[in-house]
Amino acid sequence: MADRAFGVVVVGAGPAGLTAACRAAECGKRVAMLDDNPQAGGQIWRGASPQAAAWMRRAERLEVEWISGARVFDAPAPQTLAVETFDGEFRVGYGSLILATGARERFLPFPGWTLPNAMGAGALQALAKSGLPLAGKRVVIAGSGPLLLAVADYMKAHGVDVRAIAEQAPQAAITRFAMRLAGHPGKLMQAIALRAGLLGVPYRTSCWPVSAQGKDRIESVTLRNAAGRTWTEACDYLACGFGLVPNLELAALLGCRIASARVEVDDQQQTAIAGVYAAGEATGIGGLELSLVEGEIAGYSAGGNVDRAQALFATRASHRRFAQALEAAFALRPELRSLPQPGTIVCRCEDVSFERVRACANWREAKLHTRCGMGPCQGRICGPSVEFLLGWGAESVRPPVFPARIGSLSR
Amino acid sequence: MPDSVKLTVNGVAVAAPAGAMVSTAVAMAGANAFRRSVSGEPRGPLCGMGICFECRVTIDGRAHCRSCQVVCREGMEVRTDG
Repeated sequence: MADRAFGVVVVGAGPAGLTAACRAAECGKRVAMLDDNPQAGGQIWRGASPQAAAWMRRAERLEVEWISGARVFDAPAPQTLAVETFDGEFRVGYGSLILATGARERFLPFPGWTLPNAMGAGALQALAKSGLPLAGKRVVIAGSGPLLLAVADYMKAHGVDVRAIAEQAPQAAITRFAMRLAGHPGKLMQAIALRAGLLGVPYRTSCWPVSAQGKDRIESVTLRNAAGRTWTEACDYLACGFGLVPNLELAALLGCRIASARVEVDDQQQTAIAGVYAAGEATGIGGLELSLVEGEIAGYSAGGNVDRAQALFATRASHRRFAQALEAAFALRPELRSLPQPGTIVCRCEDVSFERVRACANWREAKLHTRCGMGPCQGRICGPSVEFLLGWGAESVRPPVFPARIGSLSR
Repeated sequence: MPDSVKLTVNGVAVAAPAGAMVSTAVAMAGANAFRRSVSGEPRGPLCGMGICFECRVTIDGRAHCRSCQVVCREGMEVRTDG
């Protein structure tokens, strides 16, 4: 039995979740929006974002029930989600469900990547936005994708000594991508691309980290470029992520069809399960504008307004073409598969080395024999890296999709 | 609302900006290791968004809290095992 029931439940309060919740509420539905973070806005709008605030005010006016700090860990009955908060557990029922679960950074293991103060690019930005003083600190930003530039921009604006941006993609691919941006309405991306040259920070393409050094925390990072040159940069922090990967665990648990590492949806953003919709990065990495419009379409569809949804299809198609260009430009180079050394930790939860994982035939064997992917993150970090390194697809998902307290599970 | 929130990290007083996450307070307190891994390595935040579990600490006696998802509250007692 659900403790509370809504016409539409939206999981995730980032851009896609916010637009979905508002549009569904405008159609007259009683809507609840859940997120495991304390604030709405998702990762991209983390902190004091005027856009997030504007959408939140709209959601409040539309009487969307905002449930923060709420983590969905199971789907124990049809049209029912089990949710845990810091203080307890409850069950929420839905007529329609919209999954706007967003994305996380992809991490690749290399010697030293587990040292404290070596973290994701978005992670360091999140810490900074939460008030960690970084002014004057030496930061190396590395990995791949436009996020690196956004983070560099933010860091520079806050007095951080950004030593280098190491982008693994080649300059030619990025130039092609930047030229496409010129004609695209994606304002943020455009601004970032144009400013890349103006940051006053070396933006090194075809360049990637090969190791990090330090005792109790990172002290330096060694970079390599495609020409074979290797050098070391001293730093206080390494902000490193190799693009984004969708959060698919809840969709998988519900039985939605997943292909090419994204939730499959139809024109209405409906998944293979009737009444369950998906929008935003969960349906494939596409950036802010695509997330917003997919959320709107999902919200209208779940609200029963087919015409309003349909009117946005052309906009969505345009943003999807941009997403494809993005994916092509920042494709990971094969050299990155040789980043981990035999002793490099791949699974950080269980401290499983690359040589132990590689000795297995597949993901299941690695789980059973080495406990790779069996710790509290449930393979969310090592799964995408092992998929890139060894080509193993993800295993099936079982509840709870997040570690939950005994009291929550025993209900 | 006050500008800062006072809490302790391993007994050390920290004034974190209002609305800051516990992870920020732990970093401000100068603790590098938020936890020790199963083989004893020092670890700190990796994802910053509640997914990797590397930033977990003990908050007011409750173990395994993801410090990147809990907002600092006045008088909180935070402990790392690093």
